[in-house]
Amino acid sequence: MAKSDSIDWAAVIADPRFQQLHRKKTAFLWGLMAFSVIYYFLLPVGAAYYQDLFKIKVWGVLNVGLLFALSEFVVAWAIALYYSHVANRDFDRLAAEIAADFVKRAGG
Amino acid sequence: MQLTTKKTALVGLAAALSLTAIVARADTSAAGEYRWVTFAVFAAVILLTMYITYVAAKRVKSASDFYTAGGGITGLQNGWAIAGDYLSAASFLGIAGLISLYGYDGFMYSVGWLVAYITVLLLIAEPCRNIGKYTLSDILAYRNDPRKTRIVGALSVITVSTFYLTAQMVGGGVLVKTLIGIDYEVSVLVVGILMLSYVLFGGMVATTWVQIIKAVLLVAASVLIVMLVWTPYGFSLPAFMADVIGDAKVQARVATLLGDAAKNMTPAELGQRFLEPGLYFKAPVDQISLGMALVFGTAGLPHILMRFFTVPTAQQARKSVVWAMVIIGGFYVLTLFLGFGAAKLVGPGNIAAVDAGGNMAGPLLAQFIGGGPNSFFGNFMLAFVSAVAFATIVAVVAGLVLAAASAMAHDLWVGVVHGGETVAPQQQVRAARIATVIVGAMAIAIGIAAKGQNVAVLVALAFAVAASANFPCVLLTLYWKRCNTTGIVAGMIIGTVCAVGLTLVSPNLTYPKAVKAAAHKVLDGEVAKRASIAAAMESGDAARMALASRDTINLDKAVKKANGDLKKFEGQETSFMGLEKPLFELKNPGLFSIPIGFLAVILGSLLGRDKRAEDMWDEVYARQNTGILASKATTH
Repeated sequence: MAKSDSIDWAAVIADPRFQQLHRKKTAFLWGLMAFSVIYYFLLPVGAAYYQDLFKIKVWGVLNVGLLFALSEFVVAWAIALYYSHVANRDFDRLAAEIAADFVKRAGG
Repeated sequence: MQLTTKKTALVGLAAALSLTAIVARADTSAAGEYRWVTFAVFAAVILLTMYITYVAAKRVKSASDFYTAGGGITGLQNGWAIAGDYLSAASFLGIAGLISLYGYDGFMYSVGWLVAYITVLLLIAEPCRNIGKYTLSDILAYRNDPRKTRIVGALSVITVSTFYLTAQMVGGGVLVKTLIGIDYEVSVLVVGILMLSYVLFGGMVATTWVQIIKAVLLVAASVLIVMLVWTPYGFSLPAFMADVIGDAKVQARVATLLGDAAKNMTPAELGQRFLEPGLYFKAPVDQISLGMALVFGTAGLPHILMRFFTVPTAQQARKSVVWAMVIIGGFYVLTLFLGFGAAKLVGPGNIAAVDAGGNMAGPLLAQFIGGGPNSFFGNFMLAFVSAVAFATIVAVVAGLVLAAASAMAHDLWVGVVHGGETVAPQQQVRAARIATVIVGAMAIAIGIAAKGQNVAVLVALAFAVAASANFPCVLLTLYWKRCNTTGIVAGMIIGTVCAVGLTLVSPNLTYPKAVKAAAHKVLDGEVAKRASIAAAMESGDAARMALASRDTINLDKAVKKANGDLKKFEGQETSFMGLEKPLFELKNPGLFSIPIGFLAVILGSLLGRDKRAEDMWDEVYARQNTGILASKATTH
């Protein structure tokens, strides 16, 4: 296996494929992160400052607050599945390509 | 190895025999004729975990085996193990209890514990797998000064683990005492010795499997109970909820919580109020602060981060978080039914009577749903849930001890004392085992010393330190080019000091002056209250009389507590920190300490210069994104 100092790390970073991976991941990860944090904090904020809204009954005795809390679970799972779907499809392929290429160049 | 294996078998057998003997003699909450059921279930669970440790001990040869199971755990296995590591007694028994006592707020509280894993999944798990080896400090030491960052990293890991460990040991001791009726000290000792034997002989392999088994048992028990609770309603959520809030016990509970505000409410309104926010959380900012500590702190918990080193690749790390989220989230949805089911079937009053924090809601519901305290199945269910709770404590404690021991042995002893020079593999494993014994003995000692203390604050504190020190440091060293040694050292120290310091001057501590003032107020108002109760009693109105008799019980309780408090704090005016009242009003420091932690890393990095951190950036960033040369599962 190739040694750490046999790989030209600056070249990896400069590689257009790495730049593409970096751009895609940065926008995607931080966007998803921001969305999930905002969606989560809507719950305590709503429970504290929008109690009248949370108390409206929607489905039998179930009110907006309870359904919103349940939706947090669904949204968290959806984010997790969506992220793995995209990562398995795009990021892994690019990462594996770059890794294989540079390890080969280093004579590994 | 032959010797170790034999030793494991002996210790295991001894532990199993002594515990089952204790359980057999103990004054259990199960009726006498069914005591053998408790005995049998506990023996089965302990023997199963001991057998696993016996098998695992043969496989632990290197430091990599001991700390990370040689990186040979699959994503699915690791997902179950993360769930087993994370669902501590506090979340497993505590959240069901909170829901049963406070309704909506309890359920809302559980959400943050799941959302926390999005941070882990998106930002932390995969880079950690690609960069790290055994510990959190490995990640910090990669591009920064290894000596300095290992020292601050290890100290922070040991701090967080000790807080969490103390809370688990004390909580566990109380719980085992309540569940099976053995002495507090004996409970702590049994939990400690059992955990030590898993970690010491079986390392991460045994710890992982104990956590997996515990998680599977926990989910199985919950699914079974929820099925029994929910089937009568044809699996309709509105029908179930309507029945819960239509129950007189639930309505009475809401009336007690609301006090005077409940006077003009109809029973139906009281019931509906159980599904609305505000019965538990009174200060919104506090709750947001707690949410921040959960959502960012989980990604900095050393025993959770350590789990990502046990899988071979970043893909498996990702898969393990997704599985963990499915299991943990699914469990909290089940908790919704456990909590509300316990409120309806057992009643909040009966739950709070056994344990004021509601921790017994789940076990009591299990007993009820199985047919009650005088039936075989009822006692079997109680014994089963109790055994799962016991396995939970042991599994979580094992993970924490392993994390603290790895910081001590791998970071401080191998990394700092020996300057990272290659220490012989045999010696590394020995160091790890010695550190395990030290941490384990410490956990038992602290557990016994802290008897009777309110330790709930320590779990919040562990999350706050993890979120304010560990999380900013790990995140910025992985994602920010300018981050360097000065920033890491500043962030670790300032983040930790800030979180701990703010907690020490917060309302979490007891302030005798305020307690005594409240007690005097109760006693001063007693005469007037008794008079109004007497008037109501003579009114002849049945509803008013019923309310008055409830008020009498509450007043008697309050007076007794006030007198107790006055006696307890006689001559004391200030808190442990010498304060008459809190300097800082939030119960959880996260809202302030997390931004301060980030600021410390950023300012420290901008002020300091560190050529290595700059030079290594390309390598760190390339590695964390591509997994080039990431250490694969060790081959022997």
